[in-house]
Amino acid sequence: MELFLYTALFSPLVGSLFAALFGASKKTKMAGIIPSALLGLSLISSFVLLVSVLSSGETVHVEMMTWMATGDLYIPFGFVVDQVSVTMMMVVTLVSTVVHVYAIGYMDHDKGFNRFFSYLSAFVFSMMVLVMSDNFAGLFIGWEGVGLCSWLLIGFWYHKESATWAANEAFIMNRIADLGMLIGIFLVYWNTGTLQYEQAFAIMPSLEIDVLTWMGIFLFIGAMGKSAQFPLHTWLADAMEGPTPVSALIHAATMVTAGVYLVVRANPLYDLIPSVGLFIASLGAFVALFAASMALVNRDMKRVIAYSTLSQLGYMFAAAGLGAYWVALFHLMAHAFFKALLFLGAGNVMHAMHDELDPFKMGGLNKVMKGTFVMMTIASVALAGIFPLAGFFSKDLILEVAFVENHYIIYSVLLFTAGLTAFYSFRLVALIFHGEERYKLFGIHPHEAYKFMLVAMSPLLLLAIIAGSFKMTYFEMVTKLLPATEYHVHSSLTYWIMTIGTQLFVAFAIVYAYKKYTSRDIKVPDGTSKLENCFCYKLLINQYYIPRFYEDYIVKSYRELSEIFWTKIDQKIVDATVDGIANIFYQTGERTRVMQSGNLSTMLKWMVAGTVTLLSLAVAFGLAARYSGEIKIFLSGLGV
Amino acid sequence: MEIGLNHYLVLTTILFAIGLVGVMRRKNLLMLFFATEILLNAVNISFAAISHYYGDLTGQMFAFFVIAIAASEVAVGLGLLIVWHKKHNNIDLDNMSTMRG
Amino acid sequence: MFEAIAFYLFAFLTISMFYIAVTTTQALYALSALAAGMIFISAFFFILGADFLGAVQIVVYSGAVMALYAFGMMFFDTTREIKEKQGNKAIILGLSIISAILVVVIVGAPIIGNNITAAYPVTEGAGNVQEVGMVLFTKYLVPFEVAAVMLLVAMIAGIVLAGKKMDLSLTLMSEAEIMMMKEEDKKVHL
Repeated sequence: MELFLYTALFSPLVGSLFAALFGASKKTKMAGIIPSALLGLSLISSFVLLVSVLSSGETVHVEMMTWMATGDLYIPFGFVVDQVSVTMMMVVTLVSTVVHVYAIGYMDHDKGFNRFFSYLSAFVFSMMVLVMSDNFAGLFIGWEGVGLCSWLLIGFWYHKESATWAANEAFIMNRIADLGMLIGIFLVYWNTGTLQYEQAFAIMPSLEIDVLTWMGIFLFIGAMGKSAQFPLHTWLADAMEGPTPVSALIHAATMVTAGVYLVVRANPLYDLIPSVGLFIASLGAFVALFAASMALVNRDMKRVIAYSTLSQLGYMFAAAGLGAYWVALFHLMAHAFFKALLFLGAGNVMHAMHDELDPFKMGGLNKVMKGTFVMMTIASVALAGIFPLAGFFSKDLILEVAFVENHYIIYSVLLFTAGLTAFYSFRLVALIFHGEERYKLFGIHPHEAYKFMLVAMSPLLLLAIIAGSFKMTYFEMVTKLLPATEYHVHSSLTYWIMTIGTQLFVAFAIVYAYKKYTSRDIKVPDGTSKLENCFCYKLLINQYYIPRFYEDYIVKSYRELSEIFWTKIDQKIVDATVDGIANIFYQTGERTRVMQSGNLSTMLKWMVAGTVTLLSLAVAFGLAARYSGEIKIFLSGLGV
Repeated sequence: MEIGLNHYLVLTTILFAIGLVGVMRRKNLLMLFFATEILLNAVNISFAAISHYYGDLTGQMFAFFVIAIAASEVAVGLGLLIVWHKKHNNIDLDNMSTMRG
Repeated sequence: MFEAIAFYLFAFLTISMFYIAVTTTQALYALSALAAGMIFISAFFFILGADFLGAVQIVVYSGAVMALYAFGMMFFDTTREIKEKQGNKAIILGLSIISAILVVVIVGAPIIGNNITAAYPVTEGAGNVQEVGMVLFTKYLVPFEVAAVMLLVAMIAGIVLAGKKMDLSLTLMSEAEIMMMKEEDKKVHL
């Protein structure tokens, strides 16, 4: 089994290095195919591991080598394949394999083709390290690794100012959160003396509740950054500057869910501190609503999907915060499939529309892009949570959890958000694929993507449809590690009312969205309509003015502070000191340069003068050594 | 009046000082070589004197090697001097200022 | 008593000779004074019982080195008076005197000399030359050989530097080339 573990872990790295070999040379198909094939290998290995874990229930735990061993600190490069990590491995390898194959087509005309695959595979490797590590330090390496790769990939088209800006924003926000995470890890080590999950979690129940609370809070701050939870959420929408496969893989399916994974992984800790858990759940519910509301009006196709990701992450945190870790993980898995599918579909549309992102400028694309249309519609249905697609099982479960745990506010917020989700998803579908062919106004001739891209997407399509049927298998597997709480509404009548009510509500939202956005009156908004001038619309389209708030109050003040530090402290003190020291030497050199007149006779004189100096020193020290006693008495007489 | 080690040392110091004067005031390279010979010989005397007064042969050995070195120095130095003279037609120290900093 | 007289006599002679050597403007005077000073120094060696060293001093300095200098001076215009721009004499004298005083102070200080023991004591009943030979060919054999090699190197260097056409190698030249070179030399002499 160890062989499969190492294969799963390291084949993406090999693929990345292979593609990196061609990083500077011209586009070669090999640089895309080999990493994809290696990822396929990784997927197969993960699948073998999954089967083994499923059938025998045994976990694989290896210690590759010692990383740090100093004093009491012992951190190995250890990897574990248990029920949780194997789920994540499956999600990661599956989605990334699909995305890799898809990207071969998507990035076909890009100059940075080889570079792209190198980064993408490196990302997968980091993600694998993150999910497979058996200790917090390894998790942190993976955590930083995915952050780095995310930065590289968001800023992939680095000649675009907006892309580099978005990359930096994502990176800096993540660093801020990572500081919290690091403090959390330090706290864990400080109090438990180990970073291994098993040992640390075994010690935790004996610790004081305050300490645990701080640990939980700081670790969750890290998760907030990575999963773009409020108030560190702004980077995710901006991260859509990256190529679409990147958005699908990193900013929808895998990396952003790392925060959820962390909370799930640290479930023994969060079980001990229900107050923090409640906070997480409330924040999750809030973000779900908050992000969904922004998605309602946004006019950028990819951003809408990004907000929807944000919203779904909120669902996951709500579940995890309420202690339903397996539900959170299940939703994570299901979400990865249909969200990646949605993004890849959006990528097809973008290609067809020559990088046009405004859905108002599309319309009626279902005639030319049948495959994409079907896929995106099914993905949206799954996202909306219509029976029997994947979203139904996972999202309904979260609603049930909230209901059963008697958190009715969270429940109603999540329910309402489910309606919003359905609305904005189908607003998007309707605008893109139905209605009048508005793109003709802009002289665009859309075409369907390559066949193999559609084929590559088909596994995701399949999973988006059937993932719900794995629910019981999954439950049995994962609850060997996670708390096995089953959430059942007590009276079956309430259950049916809830389920059917939710379904009807969602269906109504879908129909309403269709009605509203397939009509012939839809025009490209030009900022004159009544709706666009209402306060709510402005608030939402400006993302609640949060980016502007950050810009005005944090970025600007920080910038001014930096300016002050730069001009006052750095230039006047630090630079001045360094320059001063350099100047002393420079001036001394300049002055003593006269000595080096090149005249040997003068030099000889200087040489003699040096000898005399040395001799005088010898005499002086000799005398001082001889009369040291007297000198001491004399000095003490002077009061020194 | 017994002649002691100190007498010799003072003598060698005086000779050494004379050598130093020569080194500093001579501008003619050949004369400069003479001055260095004086320096070396002053030291040789002190070696021999110390050797004598402490009954140790090491001093004489050193003086011997100093003579050997002085001889080779003269040989090479004069060779260089001739080359320089051929090239520039003078051996004046003041004209050698290519090492100006 | 005899030793004292000899010491003071030779001290005076050496100092005056060397003084002339560093102050005179005539190259020939300087050369002769230096040669005389060297011979007088050998007298100190004899007084101190270092007969071998005295002999070497006369042979090497007065014989070889002075001859070398004399040859060297043939290349230069010795009759011409040596014109030397004089710098600040006070500095020169001051520096020399200070250093002299300092050296005297240092060597005269009673710290020195209290803890010196002879590493190679003088052998009783043997002549100086014998003693020197014994030490030189036992303990100092390697330095002695190295010094010999160094002298050889210096000799070769002197020849190469001072000789004419030393950058050419007769062994590497063909017969015809050597003949041509000889022809050219003849033409120059004619």
